[in-house]
Amino acid sequence: MKQFTSNPFYKFILFPIGQMLVFILGASLALSLFIILLAFLFRSNVTDFDLVERTLLILPQVLINGITIGFVYATIALGYTMVYGVLEFINFSHSEIFMVGGIVGVELMAYFDHTGALQTMNQYVVIGLAILLGMVISGSLAVTIERIAYKPLRGAPRLVPLISAIGMSFFLQDAVRLILSLTTGEFNVILPNFGTFDEFLILAVPGIENPLRFQIKSILLVGVTVIMLVGLNYLVNGTKVGKAIRAVAQDRPSASLMGINVNLIISITFLIGGALGGAAGVLFAIKATRLDPFVGFFPGLKAFTAAVLGGIGNLTGALLGGLILGLLESFGASYLSIFTNGAFGAEYKDILAFAILIIVLIIRPSGLLGQTVAQKA
Amino acid sequence: MKTFFNDLYKKANKGPWPLIITVGLMVIGSITVYQSPRSLGAFLTLMLCPMMIYFLKINTKVKIFMGLLLAIVIIPVLGIRNIFYLEVIFQMAVFAALALGLNIVIGMAGLLDLGYVAFYAVGAYSWAIFGSKQLSLLHSIPGAAPAGAEFSLSPSYFWLFLFLGVGLAALAGILLGLPVLRLRGDYLAIVTLGFGEVIRVLALNLDKPINLTNGPQGITPIQRPPLPPGFILEPIRSLLTPIVGHVPTDAEFYNVFFYLLALVVILIAIAVATRLEDSRIGRAWAAIREDETAAIAMGIPLVRMKLAAFAAGASFAGCMGVLYAANRTFVSPETFSFLQSIGVLTMVILGGLGSIPGVIFGAGAVVILNIQVLQNFSLYLSALRQSDAVIPIINFAWKDLSNQLDPAKYQKLVFGIILVVMMIFRPEGLIPAERRKRELVEDKE
Repeated sequence: MKQFTSNPFYKFILFPIGQMLVFILGASLALSLFIILLAFLFRSNVTDFDLVERTLLILPQVLINGITIGFVYATIALGYTMVYGVLEFINFSHSEIFMVGGIVGVELMAYFDHTGALQTMNQYVVIGLAILLGMVISGSLAVTIERIAYKPLRGAPRLVPLISAIGMSFFLQDAVRLILSLTTGEFNVILPNFGTFDEFLILAVPGIENPLRFQIKSILLVGVTVIMLVGLNYLVNGTKVGKAIRAVAQDRPSASLMGINVNLIISITFLIGGALGGAAGVLFAIKATRLDPFVGFFPGLKAFTAAVLGGIGNLTGALLGGLILGLLESFGASYLSIFTNGAFGAEYKDILAFAILIIVLIIRPSGLLGQTVAQKA
Repeated sequence: MKTFFNDLYKKANKGPWPLIITVGLMVIGSITVYQSPRSLGAFLTLMLCPMMIYFLKINTKVKIFMGLLLAIVIIPVLGIRNIFYLEVIFQMAVFAALALGLNIVIGMAGLLDLGYVAFYAVGAYSWAIFGSKQLSLLHSIPGAAPAGAEFSLSPSYFWLFLFLGVGLAALAGILLGLPVLRLRGDYLAIVTLGFGEVIRVLALNLDKPINLTNGPQGITPIQRPPLPPGFILEPIRSLLTPIVGHVPTDAEFYNVFFYLLALVVILIAIAVATRLEDSRIGRAWAAIREDETAAIAMGIPLVRMKLAAFAAGASFAGCMGVLYAANRTFVSPETFSFLQSIGVLTMVILGGLGSIPGVIFGAGAVVILNIQVLQNFSLYLSALRQSDAVIPIINFAWKDLSNQLDPAKYQKLVFGIILVVMMIFRPEGLIPAERRKRELVEDKE
C-alpha cells in the first residue's frame, strides 16, 4: 500500500483528481439534500405549484452551473491563497489581474477574427493560445505589481500594503479602460462568435425526466481548470521550487538562512498566482462573452471569500471553498425566488457571498480546512 | 527642496508678514473670483487663504476674526455671484466631515473601514424615506407613482432627523461592529467592504416586496427644511442685490443655507475629534492602533473601544447623509458605491492619517482635483478636439482622439495613483499628525 501511495502517478494525478471528485460529490450531495429538505418543509406554503417537484426539476442544471462557476472561483482563489500563504497579505489587485487576463484573451481572439484566421483555425487551438497569452500577461503583470507597489512596503504595518493594493486595483481598472478607449474607442470587449461552444451535449439519464444538458464551454472550463489544478498541485508538492515556496510560507527568515532566495520565490508565487488568475479570466470571458474593465470586482471578492471559506493559505481549501461558494451561489440564484415567491431573487446572490464570508469569519476564522495559526504580525 | 520651504516658512512668519500675506490673499482672491468667476487660479488663491490663516503665526483672535469673515461673509457673497463655487465648497464640506469621521476609525483607532459610505447611505436614506412621499408609495410599483401622494412629515422634521441620522448611523456602526470587530485588520477591511456593498445592493433592490427605496431610480423629491422667515431674509436679499448684480433667488439662498449648515457640522466634528484625540478614549484608540496585545494587557476594553470608534466615525457620516439628501432632494444607490468609500479613504491618506487639519486639506484637495481640475482638463481636451491642432512630433491630430477619453471620468485612476504613491513615499500624509511627527523625530535620533 505504501509503495502505491508514493507512486508519483498516484500522488500527483490520481489523488488530486479523486479529491476533487470527492469535494464535488460531497458538496453537491449535501446541498441537494438540504434544498430538498427545505422544499418538503415549505411545501404546504406554496399552493400554485408543487415545490418539491419544481425543486427536483431544475436541480441537475443548478448543480452543473454551480460546479462550473465554482471551478472559476477556485482558480482565482488559488492566487489569493498562495500570496497570503507567503506574504500574509491580501492581494487586493488580484481581481484586476484576473480581468486583464480575460481582456487580453478576448482581444487576441478578436484579433484573429479581424485577420480572418478565426474561422479557419481549430477552435481549441484558439482557446489554448488565448489562455496561454492571458497567463503570460497576467503573470508578468502580477510580478511587476509586486515589484512596484508591494516590495518597498515589506515589513511595514499590515494595513499599508493593503491600502497600496487597493490603490493598485483602482489604478489598473482605469488604466485598462484608458488603454482600451484610446485604442478601440470602446471599453467593453465582446467575445467574437466562433466554434461550437454554445452548443449543448445532451445526456439522457434513465430515471430523470429531462435529459442533462452540458454546455460545451462548461465542459471545457472544468476540463482546463482541472488540468491546471493538477499541474499546480505537482508544482507545489512535487518540485524543488514548490518546496521552496512552502518553506518561505512557513518561515521566511529561516528559509532565507537555508539559502533560499526569498525575493525570487515571492516573485514566482506572484507569477503562478497571476498566471492562474489570467487563465481563469480567459475561461470566465468564454462563459460571460462580454467583459469590461470593472468585471473583476465581484468574482475577485467571491474568490477571496472562497479562499477564506476553505482556510486561507491552504491550496486544497481554496478548491473546496471555490466549489462550495459556486454551488451556494447557483442555489441561491435559482431557488431564492422560488422559495420566497418572487419577493427576493437572483439579485441577492452577491450578498449571499458576503453573508457567508462574515459567518465563516465569525464562527471559524481559520476556514474549513485551515489550522488555527497564531497571528504572525 | 525641503529646506527651501522651511526657510520660506520661517521668513513668512517674521514681523508683519503673516498678516500681510493672509489679508493680501483674501483681498486678491476675493477680487479675482469676483471678476472672473470661472477661473481655477482665482479659486485656488482664495482657497489658499484659509490654509495660510491656519498655518501662519497670527494672534488667535485675529485668526478667528479672519476665518469668520471669510466663511460667513466673503464665501457666501461670492457663492451667490457664482453658484458653482458654493457647490464646490459644499462638497468640500461634506467630504471633509466624512473624512473626519473616517479618520477617527482609521487614523485614531487603526481599523481599516472600506465600507464607510454605507453609514452615509443610512443617514441619507433615513431622511429620504421619511422626508419624501415614499411612505405613502410603499405598495405601488416603482416609477408608477399614483397622483395625490402626500409628504408624510412636515419639512421641519429635518432638524429632528439631523440628530436621528447620527443615532441611526451609530447604531448601524455598532450592529456591524459587534460581530466583526474581533477580526484581524485585513479581514475587517474586507468585511466592511462587503457591508458597504450589502447596503448598496439592498438600496438597489428593496423596491420589492415593499417599495422602500424605490430601487435604482432613487427617491425624489425629498423635502428641504424651511428657510428663515421673511423678515430676516428680505433685508439680506436687498442688501446683496447690488453686490452680486442680480436679485438672489430662494434656490441660491438654499445653497448658502446648506453651506452654512455643513460648516456648523464640520465645526462640531472638528471640536469632537480634537477633544477625543487626547481624551481617555482617544489614548485608548492610539494604544489599540499601535499594539493590540499590549493594549489588552493594559486593561483597555478592546471590543468596547473599537465599537466606540466605529459608532463615532459612523455618526459623522450619518449626519452628513441627512444633510446631503435634503440638499440634493434626491438619493440613489449609485451615490453610495465602493468608489465613494475609496474616495474618502484617499482624502484621509493624502492629508495624513490621524491628522485633523490633514484630512480637511485632503478632502479639499481631492474635491478640487475631482470636480475642477479634471473637469477643466476635460473641457480643454474637447476644445482641442474641435480645433485643427496637431501634436507636433508624432503628428497626431487632436481631432482623432477617441471621444471616450474624458478625464473627468478617471477618478479611479487618480485615487489609485494617490494611494499607491502616498503609501510608498509618504505614508504619514502631506500634513502629518503631531503624534506621528514626534514618533518620526524619535526614530531619527
